[in-house]
Amino acid sequence: MGTNTWASYFNFSAVNWVDFWANTWETISMTLISTIAVAILGILLGLILFETKQKTTGKIMIWSKVINWVVSALVNIFRSIPFIILIVLLLPFTKALVGSIIGPVAALPALIISAAPFYARMVELAFREIDYGVIEAAEAMGANKIQIIWKVLLRESLPALISGVTVTGITIIGYTAMAGTIGAGGLGNWAFIEGYGANNNTVTLVATVTIIIIVAIFQLIGDQSAKLIDKRNN
Amino acid sequence: MIEFKHVSKEFVTNNGKVSAVSDLNLSVEDGNILGIVGYSGAGKSTLIRMLNGLETPTSGEVDVNGAKIASLTGKVLRKQRQKIGMIFQHFNLLWSRTVVENIMFPLEIAGLGKAERLAKAEELTTLVGLKGKENAYPSELSGGQKQRVGIARALANDPEILICDEATSALDPQTTDEILDLLLQINHKLNLTIVLITHEMHVVRKICDHVAVMENGKLVEDGLVLDVFKRPQQDVTKRFVNQEVTPAMHDTEIAVHELIEAYPQGLIVQLTFHSTQTQMPIISEMLRQIPEIDFNIVEGSIHQTQGGPIGTLYIQLTGPKESLDQAIPFLQKMKVETEVLHYGD
Ligand SMILES: Nc1ncnc2c1ncn2[C@@H]1O[C@H](COP(=O)(O)OP(=O)(O)OP(=O)(O)O)[C@@H](O)[C@H]1O
Ligand SMILES: [Mg+2]
Repeated sequence: MGTNTWASYFNFSAVNWVDFWANTWETISMTLISTIAVAILGILLGLILFETKQKTTGKIMIWSKVINWVVSALVNIFRSIPFIILIVLLLPFTKALVGSIIGPVAALPALIISAAPFYARMVELAFREIDYGVIEAAEAMGANKIQIIWKVLLRESLPALISGVTVTGITIIGYTAMAGTIGAGGLGNWAFIEGYGANNNTVTLVATVTIIIIVAIFQLIGDQSAKLIDKRNN
Repeated sequence: MIEFKHVSKEFVTNNGKVSAVSDLNLSVEDGNILGIVGYSGAGKSTLIRMLNGLETPTSGEVDVNGAKIASLTGKVLRKQRQKIGMIFQHFNLLWSRTVVENIMFPLEIAGLGKAERLAKAEELTTLVGLKGKENAYPSELSGGQKQRVGIARALANDPEILICDEATSALDPQTTDEILDLLLQINHKLNLTIVLITHEMHVVRKICDHVAVMENGKLVEDGLVLDVFKRPQQDVTKRFVNQEVTPAMHDTEIAVHELIEAYPQGLIVQLTFHSTQTQMPIISEMLRQIPEIDFNIVEGSIHQTQGGPIGTLYIQLTGPKESLDQAIPFLQKMKVETEVLHYGD
């Protein structure tokens, strides 16, 4: 059995390379599209979480509290639902939205909804890391809210925002593989159908190694750009 | 001209109301440098933050060159803030921006074009002595250099006043002096009104022409630096002034004590000289007029202030009682402030 089992992982002639490239591409595009969507959504939510925590007075204070409470609750709830359950939970919604529950596009709503709250908390933290004195200095110069958001909050926390995107993107790569088991495309689906279903261990190995490589590349790009942008201590 | 009129500020906290500033009146003339001193929690920061609306008074009026700051909001307030430069203890620079980019920041906020921003930033980098450091990031600068960027940034929009909240507290004495020289230079060059907070009387003495002393939210004493240094009225002020005029106060007390024990019959006096008196041979004049007296120096010091020099001298006088009795009126006649610390018999 020993030699046979080992050999079954390296029978590269049994791999359909056209399928391999198609699935790799699907994994990459699903990951990129949802990471971009998560980044935008997460920054918006993070900004809301951060801004509604700032001290205010009067009527605005009550609205701030309400909005903060609602967004916080949503973020916490969606963050605690396991991804695989979220996909199932979202099936009707996905169907209504994209018209189908299988294929790479169908995985997007679940990917985005489960990763965005995760990233939103990281964004909020990144903004809180900024020295409050710097925000106050901008206020003292007469900056308005939009200028503070663009020129101080987003700009000063950019290294942290990028590190957060890297971590989130890597989590999303893992999620795409999971989504594959219930019909979304990509390497996860390929490994599940061809590797597990058709008992082709080589496909499983190739899919695994490819995912590791994609993760490594993602990590490398993320780390390098965060490092390049971070001027705090060089 | 800056005017605080009956200004009070209360903070509502979970533990009840805190009165940070209460019914305070104070004015600063154009081109003056006012130093605000007081212990921690006295309300200094709260007071000066009202000048640019970072804090709003609970009651009273804050007037900066005719603008009623407390009543401004929104766009008008933001426009007004551009006319008030502020520098901070911890510099508060943007890490992600280079020196010039930090200096250009307030100009971007004000909506100036790129060419104008660059030209102004260039000019200011030279003014604050950072030529050659234009493209450095704050993390590559020393504390003093960071504060220079802070000053340049505060000057970018040609402010009418400059407010400094403990701008030198994070710096070593040498760097503090350099920054103070820079502030003084700017004050002379641009006739800029400066309001600064400090814990060190050394700072007040070096650059301020007026000083205001705060305690528990109240203004307890204010006036020309030289006057306040000469005749501090309140206990807080005395403590602050003593910290500066006689840094070795404690040592002096010990020395005086030892002298009293060694020469119980002696007369020990503290003399305070100001301005031109510091250049006159008052003591030798006294010895010529009352030759029976012998004297001994315990301690002495002279400090320069913006209003002129100020000197303190502790001496012991010995000799026949009738001669000693003449000494005090003589010194008083010469307008030297004389305090008898001990008169043995
Ligand atoms: N935002 C705030 N909320 C509640 N209380 C405050 C607030 N800001 C200041 N205070 C209180 O007001 C008082 C005056 O504070 P302030 O910061 O003006 O003192 P300070 O003279 O600047 O002291 P320091 O020398 O320590 O900076 C203190 O009792 C402080 O606790
Ligand atoms: Mg303070």
